Amino acid sequence: MAQGQNGERSILVVGGGMSGLSAALEAAEAGFQVYLVEREPYLGGRVSRMNKYFPKLCPPNCGLEINFRRIRNNPLIRFFTMTEVEKIVGEAGNFDITLKSSPRYVNDKCTGCGACAEAATTHIANPFNYGLDTVKAAYLPHEFAFPMRYVLAPEVIGSEEAAAIKAACPYDAIDLDMQPSTFDLKVGAVIWATGWEPYDAGKIGYYGFGKHKNVISNVMMERLAAYNGPTNGRIVRLSDNRQAGRVAFVQCAGSRDENHLAYCSGVCCLASLKQATYLLEQNPEAQATIFYIDIRALGKYEDFFTKVQADERVTLIKGKAGEITEDSTTGMVTVQVEDQSSGKILKDQFDLVVLATGMVPASATDKVPAEAACDEHGFMLGEQPTGGIIGAGCVKKPVDVATSVQDATAAALKAIQATFRR
Amino acid sequence: MEKKIGVYICTGCGIGDALEIDALAGVATDEYEAAVCRQNAFLCSREGVAEIKHDLENEGINTIVIAACSPRVMTDVFDFGVDKVCERVNLREQVVWSHPPNDEDTQMMAQDQLRMGITKAKEMQPAEPFMAEDLSRKILVVGGGLAGITAASEANKAGYEVVLVEKSDQLGGYLKEVHKLPPSRPPYEELQDFDLGAVTGQVTDQPAVKVYTNAQIAKISGAPCMFDVQIQQNGGVADERVGAIVLATGAIPYDAAKLEHLGFGKSADVITAAQLESMFKSGDVKRPSNGQPITGAAFILCAGSRDPKHLPYCSAACCVESLKQAKYFKQANPETPVYIFYKDLRAHGTYELLYKQLQKDGVIFVRGDVTGVEEDGSGGLVVSADDVLTGSPVMSESVDVVVLATGMVPTTALGKKFKVQEPKEGEEELAVPEDTIVVSNNLNLDYRQGPELPALKYGFPDSHFICFPYESRRTGIYPAGSVRAPMDYWRAVDDATGAALKAIQCVQMVSEGKAVHPRAGDLTYPEFFMQRCTQCKRCTEECPFGAINEDEKANPLPNPTRCRRCGVCMGACPERIISFKNYSVGMIGNAIKSIDVPDEYEEKPRILVLACENDAYPALDMSGIRRMSYNPWVRIVPVRCLGSMNLVWIADALSKGIDGILLLGCKHGDDYQCHFIKGSELANIRMSKIQETLNRLVLESERVRLEQISIADYSKLPEILDSFAAKLDEVGPNPYKGY
Repeated sequence: MAQGQNGERSILVVGGGMSGLSAALEAAEAGFQVYLVEREPYLGGRVSRMNKYFPKLCPPNCGLEINFRRIRNNPLIRFFTMTEVEKIVGEAGNFDITLKSSPRYVNDKCTGCGACAEAATTHIANPFNYGLDTVKAAYLPHEFAFPMRYVLAPEVIGSEEAAAIKAACPYDAIDLDMQPSTFDLKVGAVIWATGWEPYDAGKIGYYGFGKHKNVISNVMMERLAAYNGPTNGRIVRLSDNRQAGRVAFVQCAGSRDENHLAYCSGVCCLASLKQATYLLEQNPEAQATIFYIDIRALGKYEDFFTKVQADERVTLIKGKAGEITEDSTTGMVTVQVEDQSSGKILKDQFDLVVLATGMVPASATDKVPAEAACDEHGFMLGEQPTGGIIGAGCVKKPVDVATSVQDATAAALKAIQATFRR
Repeated sequence: MEKKIGVYICTGCGIGDALEIDALAGVATDEYEAAVCRQNAFLCSREGVAEIKHDLENEGINTIVIAACSPRVMTDVFDFGVDKVCERVNLREQVVWSHPPNDEDTQMMAQDQLRMGITKAKEMQPAEPFMAEDLSRKILVVGGGLAGITAASEANKAGYEVVLVEKSDQLGGYLKEVHKLPPSRPPYEELQDFDLGAVTGQVTDQPAVKVYTNAQIAKISGAPCMFDVQIQQNGGVADERVGAIVLATGAIPYDAAKLEHLGFGKSADVITAAQLESMFKSGDVKRPSNGQPITGAAFILCAGSRDPKHLPYCSAACCVESLKQAKYFKQANPETPVYIFYKDLRAHGTYELLYKQLQKDGVIFVRGDVTGVEEDGSGGLVVSADDVLTGSPVMSESVDVVVLATGMVPTTALGKKFKVQEPKEGEEELAVPEDTIVVSNNLNLDYRQGPELPALKYGFPDSHFICFPYESRRTGIYPAGSVRAPMDYWRAVDDATGAALKAIQCVQMVSEGKAVHPRAGDLTYPEFFMQRCTQCKRCTEECPFGAINEDEKANPLPNPTRCRRCGVCMGACPERIISFKNYSVGMIGNAIKSIDVPDEYEEKPRILVLACENDAYPALDMSGIRRMSYNPWVRIVPVRCLGSMNLVWIADALSKGIDGILLLGCKHGDDYQCHFIKGSELANIRMSKIQETLNRLVLESERVRLEQISIADYSKLPEILDSFAAKLDEVGPNPYKGY
């Protein structure tokens, strides 16, 4: 791989989501060479799968579009998709990095014309939509995908179909012999911004996630509400694709709970309030019920809480939801909860239950391949044993988009300072 | 520069199958006499690009028109350097992918898009960056509290000189009165000590950090890299020239005197959280009324917060701050009864673990609305509330102090609202709504539009607070800490570090002649042809970033390094004297005039679409990527911001016989999405003046429409475009066709 002119003064950013993108751009616009690596075939990370942001209810692709343009116009940023970090050796000002790229089977001759997808016949679970629908084995991850380049699923490699896909490409962009490759970089600092994973709702046995079709997680709700999601934006019951009318939001699903995640993820309250607006906007007859412990709408987000709460179709009930059961004939799901204001046990039926699951830092499972300090939850600490390795965004704390951007901007400066240490 | 134009038509991705390429090439060669016009079935290939580069070297081509895919893709492939002009014509996403192949109307659309592209390219010039003179790379930090000290120290650690100005006689701000900090480290259950001397030492011991205490900013004039700062100190004035500014003047506690309903002012033992903190700091923890030890305490959270009569917002830090203070009591004596009355306990993130610990410590949490704080007759106080959990009234036992967790008021909210100028008698009221600027005596900017940062709500500085939280509306000035948004200590430290980077970045980019966010790296800037200026002041009034000052004769005084390059001034100017090297009123006007308008008997109406290049234009691309189709009458012109739309374009289009004009811009209003804050709103205001043009031409008002769309609204675009076409069909053809 080609080197930047000043290897030691350059910065590696790991993770191309909101934090990683922001850190990479802020450092590059300050005049530093940046390498950005992302595991997925596109940049944008988790937010590209969000329908809207709270509290403005604006589309994430709006800000991403600006950020992608900043990347396109900045020669100081080089990015690598489908790439992960294998090894980090060294110290602040002097790191040797080994990166590993998985084969995309599509090379840089791809124009994005889509002839390969037309030739493909196999359908695979669509990773962009959390498997809620399928996509052809030759696919563009989503229409805003940056880079706008197709991907070939490894499932079809070696098949006749793959040969047909290759033959269909007028630009010789399909490379069926592509192999995983490793390459090295020399950098002065590493920003680790690999983001978060939704807590596995299946671990909360009594909620029946994965068993009851109409119990979904909040990240799935984002896809259901998005026009580029599996239902073209219609919020439906997964059991029968009928429009959902009565929807329950179960807050702190696994959060603030010592058996699951002891901490609060800070964003799920606002996310559910936001998702209630998705529902009510497309179905004026709908009803949203939110079961909560505390509504944590910090700072100016209070206004958003006040606004959503004022809608008479929104009911807030203080109480942590207990068991969720399913009526297998109707698909209706019943939530049982102790209403803390009345002391009564409530049971109510819904078309759809959305579990507001929290954030698990990606650093808890995919660990930094170097000496790095995390707390027991997997969050990276501010002070790291290896100077020059800096966490940013949700690997440090469960935070919203604005705070991720802010934290990533701070991390960019910390990284710049680290490149001076030699 | 003598223009030599090369036109390169890609026939790949379905373009060659859908269009008659030779006829399209004829537009370039016959109508525009392009020096070179080539076709390539795979223009973005190495060979395709090599062919273009060959022409640059051997044919003297200096202006390149790429008729292929959207300018949103293959940007790096078609980059021929800053000394060349390169214009992209979007034949793929916006013509052949969204219209039927081998159709006369699709062909006409492609040809018009190419005409417009070549017309623009003919007038575009390579950028010549604005190079400021006598540049400063120093960073000014206003405010010497935790955020200010952090910003100064972090900038210094990155090798920058810093000037730090603090109003009081000592650094430290609110931290001077703080005993301990809430936990930032595992196990997140214990309070943290800190050393104020070590914090302030980060700046006082640094030769490259010049600290002014007992000092205030008297005036800041100039622009990024050329800010001239007058600092008032001890009756004298010191001058500094700086490159960028971090505003870290913090917040003050909400005035507890307004909280009489919570007993403040009635009993000496009702105190604020800040007062309690000072007691622990000094070690002198006593009941204010009698000097006796405190044997029981009650905290009232949201004292004046989340309350429409006081502060409607949440201050984000007070819940955790009260948990911390409750811990002080429990640490001193676990038996001390401590009550916390709250609405929602907002211990976000790992602060949840501190909350859990205090539950274990025996703090009594009561969720409810406090109804009264009364003396109990035996010298103690009782707090009563309606307990939400039990549905019944509840009272605390007798306690010695009641602590009000008051919220934060940003220092930018303190002062009177600035008014640019009252309209003189006979003058019409300003058409452009004024920004909220509070004369808060923090920055004292010598700016035509007012002395401080425009506020969004509650006095906090305006920005795109989700995606781009640091981008205030004054270039090179970055708010940080609790002046930007209510936040706790740890977040303020991160926030200040980020702001320091933004300041450094601004200095770096400006010194290279580049624009900062959101058109980061843009080398063009607006140039004013002053001989024709009529001193109408529209450019100075409308600039969303306060970039243009005025002399006493109302001549505009542009500050290119304050400019964000949106082109709002260009759109505002009735004399069309403002232009960029690659974007001007004449250039777009001529592009519009290059559209071939068939006469009315052909029944081929024409619709001009001016589309915001940040949102509406990508949305149009998305329609193409999805192969959605819409009517072929539209001719799309991307604009930097809808606010750069000049009304003369509307007149140009209508007098040319174009039947209708659709303006696609971002959402405006409270939750605006315009990247240039007010661009689409200003375009909407200008729309009201379009009526004059339409009346003069005796045309129907339905011919011009503005739609607010977001980048995600591409599913709605075909319907928007087609319903507009249907409306124009009703209205009938523009009578000016053929003139």
